[in-house]
Amino acid sequence: MSQNFRIKGEGLINRDEPIEFKFNRKKYIGYKGDTLASALLANGIHLIGRSFKYHRPRGFFGAGVDEPNAKMQVEINGHSEPNINATEIELVEGLSATSQNCWPSVEFDIGAINNFLNKFFPAGFYYKTFMWPKSFWYKVYEPFIRKAAGLGVASLEKDKERYEHKYEYCDLLVTGSGPAGLAGAYSAAKNGAKVILAEDKPRFGGSLLTDEVTIDNLSGKAWADKIISELKEMPNVVLKNRSQVFGYYDHNMTVMFERTGDHLEKKSKYTPRQRLWYIRAKEVLLSTGSIERPIVFGNNDTPGVFLSAAAKEYMKVYGVLIGKKPIIFTNNDSAYETAIEFKKNAVEPLILDTREDQDSELINEAKSMNINIKFSYAVIAANGYKKVKSATIGKLNKDKTNFETIETIDCDSICVSGFWTPTVHLASQSGNKLRFDDKIDAFVPDKSKQNENSIGASNGTFTLKETLKSSFKIGSEVSKKITKKENLIQLPNTNERKYSSHDKFWCSPLPKGKHYKRFVDFQNDVAVSDIEVALREGYRSIEHVKRYTTLGMATDQGRTSNLNGLQLVANVEKKIVPQVGHTTFRPPFTPITIGTIVGREIGKEYMPTRKTPMHNWHQENNAVWVDAGAWKRPRYYKRGNETLLEASKREAKNVREHVGICDVTTLGKIDIKGPDSAEFLNRIYTNAWLKLPIGKARYGVMLREDGIVMDDGTTTRISENHYHMTTTTAQAANVLSHLEYYLQIVWPELNVNVVSTTEQWAGAAIAGPKSRDVLTKLFPKLDVSNEKLPFMGYMKGDLFGVKARIFRISFSGELAYEVNIKSDYGLSMWEKIIEIGEEFKIQPYGTEALSTLRIEMGHVAGPELDGRTIPYDVSLEGLVSKKKDFIGKRSLEKEAFNKENRQKIVGLVPLDKKSSIPEGSHLVEDKNAKVPNPKLGHVSSSCWSVEKNNPFSLAIVKDGKNMIGKKLYAISPLKNTVIEVEIISSHYVDHEGKRVRS
Amino acid sequence: MLNIKCPHCGDRSQKEFAYGGDGTVKRPELNKDVSDKDWDNFVYLRKSPRGKHIELWHHIAGCRQWFRVLRDTVTHEIYKTSKIDEDI
Repeated sequence: MSQNFRIKGEGLINRDEPIEFKFNRKKYIGYKGDTLASALLANGIHLIGRSFKYHRPRGFFGAGVDEPNAKMQVEINGHSEPNINATEIELVEGLSATSQNCWPSVEFDIGAINNFLNKFFPAGFYYKTFMWPKSFWYKVYEPFIRKAAGLGVASLEKDKERYEHKYEYCDLLVTGSGPAGLAGAYSAAKNGAKVILAEDKPRFGGSLLTDEVTIDNLSGKAWADKIISELKEMPNVVLKNRSQVFGYYDHNMTVMFERTGDHLEKKSKYTPRQRLWYIRAKEVLLSTGSIERPIVFGNNDTPGVFLSAAAKEYMKVYGVLIGKKPIIFTNNDSAYETAIEFKKNAVEPLILDTREDQDSELINEAKSMNINIKFSYAVIAANGYKKVKSATIGKLNKDKTNFETIETIDCDSICVSGFWTPTVHLASQSGNKLRFDDKIDAFVPDKSKQNENSIGASNGTFTLKETLKSSFKIGSEVSKKITKKENLIQLPNTNERKYSSHDKFWCSPLPKGKHYKRFVDFQNDVAVSDIEVALREGYRSIEHVKRYTTLGMATDQGRTSNLNGLQLVANVEKKIVPQVGHTTFRPPFTPITIGTIVGREIGKEYMPTRKTPMHNWHQENNAVWVDAGAWKRPRYYKRGNETLLEASKREAKNVREHVGICDVTTLGKIDIKGPDSAEFLNRIYTNAWLKLPIGKARYGVMLREDGIVMDDGTTTRISENHYHMTTTTAQAANVLSHLEYYLQIVWPELNVNVVSTTEQWAGAAIAGPKSRDVLTKLFPKLDVSNEKLPFMGYMKGDLFGVKARIFRISFSGELAYEVNIKSDYGLSMWEKIIEIGEEFKIQPYGTEALSTLRIEMGHVAGPELDGRTIPYDVSLEGLVSKKKDFIGKRSLEKEAFNKENRQKIVGLVPLDKKSSIPEGSHLVEDKNAKVPNPKLGHVSSSCWSVEKNNPFSLAIVKDGKNMIGKKLYAISPLKNTVIEVEIISSHYVDHEGKRVRS
Repeated sequence: MLNIKCPHCGDRSQKEFAYGGDGTVKRPELNKDVSDKDWDNFVYLRKSPRGKHIELWHHIAGCRQWFRVLRDTVTHEIYKTSKIDEDI
């Protein structure tokens, strides 16, 4: 089909660039600059989808964000996306769209039977129907509703597109580039303010593109182009089209959605599809304009019914006629412009005006052009199923509650105008309490709560002259406050037609005996009768009516339906609209993709990856990684077909028998300096720190104020006033904040400074009976004998001329050392140790073997220090000083913490010496007891003991100290295991701790 | 997202900060007898006022200083921020 509805010469599209696209698998041609909607209309396509609930045929209604019907499944650049608004998406070569919510096709849709059963789908249908029997919910109702609900189909494939985030700061953000936005942005830019001007559509200019006005003897469009080209030249202005500010948050934080990719014919690899801007603006000018609202009448959802301004936009911007025999149904002057535009394009419109004949510039112009006008007339109903064929119209009686005469008139389209609704979404989101303006029957912004000002039509100002005057002024005033500069701009001369006042007529009455469906909300299929049902059933609050009927809850957020819905509630309730109030406006203004919200933070970019200096060595040696916060740590080094258990056993065994090396760079390291450092540590840790000699390390436990263990680790006195603290990998950041809190807020009198040095030092733990041999070879000049470097000793070293620190500390329970060197030399140190250690059978070991070694020894770690345990629970009460005060000490006096049968750590072995006990298993006395089976404790850590060659676990059990020798069951409903266990001491290997001192 | 003025660094986005709770809580002095009630008040009990609230914030992704903020819990308006050793 050729473009039969395209007007010669009109519009802003590029007729030299035809574009081929598909709709429901059929090929069509449109032009560059078209939207999918305008291109389809140019080809005479009106039936484009089926409605949500009744599957009624639906066509285009608006020309932009106001569109409630034209949601399509669109395939573009190889990805398919549902619910794309055809009036917003730009036509590109190869675009393929299909109708939604219809089967087998949009022409013949089985679901349309709902339309004839509509009596059985009243408001609140789901609430009323799916209540009982309860058991039906999961198996019958929910699957049924899921199948029926929703419109398009989400892709199951991974989104291959690129999305980006951007942060921006500016003096002034202007949202919308109609006359108000241009004037506001221009005067602010002239004052030197840093301005961002955002326009949702591809073209700047807003209503200036379609209104018959002149500014300084230029057409609206020409004036807009002139201002835009001037703004483009200014370094302090950022112009963004295809960019919608959709959310207004606290402290003037706004969020903008920019469509950067979908309109491009050929997109380069790194061009994002969409970009999300977080803009913190000192001031915001809301120039979001207004949206025409319809008048409600019978079958007003029939394809061929349009908003009158949309019809005008299709002609003036896209050169497209939405019909060749239109009826213009209006209660105000603005629709006359649409009629005049039709007439100019040799189409004879018929105007039905609900008002009586009156003197107005526009009406007189229409009369002088011989346009047929019927005053005091209204459309009662549209006739035709898949397209408007005729209209039943009537002459209104005096009080406009009924019709004096009724007739049917042939037509192919109905353009309806019920006056204008300011777009106040962003103002409302910013916290502005809206006020109802009687003059325009709509809500307008009231007092600003944040630094925002609404200008132009979004503020209820509908004349160009007043809009320009106030917008230039406000733009200048708010920017002057910021830049302290003022460049006065001379107001342009404007020429526009004067409007006479509109009629408060918003809904055609039903003639006696007629039951036309009169839709208020097209997208959610909410008719006048549905709202009446809700009110009859006792719903009063507008928020309840909304949820019960789903009025305004569709993705178009009720842009064309909310006010009519409010009018209806007000009429039935005999209230006025401001008493009914309005529902909440929430971001986003129009739907945005999840990809945009996510941006680049997905997959491995979800958070930064921390790698130790030895990372690549681990990788080359078949490390299997485990995440430790943001760190990557080797879990084990796989050899051949080894399983996790086999590898960790081998590595742990090698430590017990020979020597192993483990990357401990990830441990938190905090440098503590200052004359009061010892006193500070004494207050932070539970044990005594005042007498730690220089060159010695000590194990310490720190509590929270509520007495719960926060972290443990060793701290070493490097010199008189210098300490090196280590924390667990997981708690490193928290411990630093904790120390800073006490130093800055609680004890500012202490002269101490703390700083994180985690990334400054690379660390390797050398553990096992042969570790001293390795160390001796590593530092040939040092005497590292047991006498010179005893357990918990510290020495400075020198490796390839680089400063190193040697700590004799042990997590594995073996003779062990930790060597730290400047991060840059971490890999060299590691490789050197591996090389030296070869003759001693050194092997690297990962976190799994590390855990095995510490569990066997009964050393506690994260699973035991789980934010619920006090020192006693994990058998660290010996480290709690009775002599001094420290953080959390007072809490340890709590009654619950001192009960005789308080929980305590124990060891567990399975009676069969074979079954591994899943971590998290519950310990119970009776394995067959009814649930809830009284729980005596839980298994915190499990391993395969390489020393005893059987499974061993740590558990925290009620009255643990008196439980040794008892037998319990470890049950795990998760793993479906029941294992009989014996409770033993948590120190399974080397009770006396001889090895660490050897 | 709030915009918070760190008294050391200036205006920064909320992303850089960590919230630190009620800024008026005073830790009982060390080595002094504290009644159960007073200690419980200190450890657990916090007011949750509607309106003005003095709170602690920590500039963790910046200068790492703790400071006080006078914020309205309803409107999120921040009236004032102050260094930890200054009155708010």
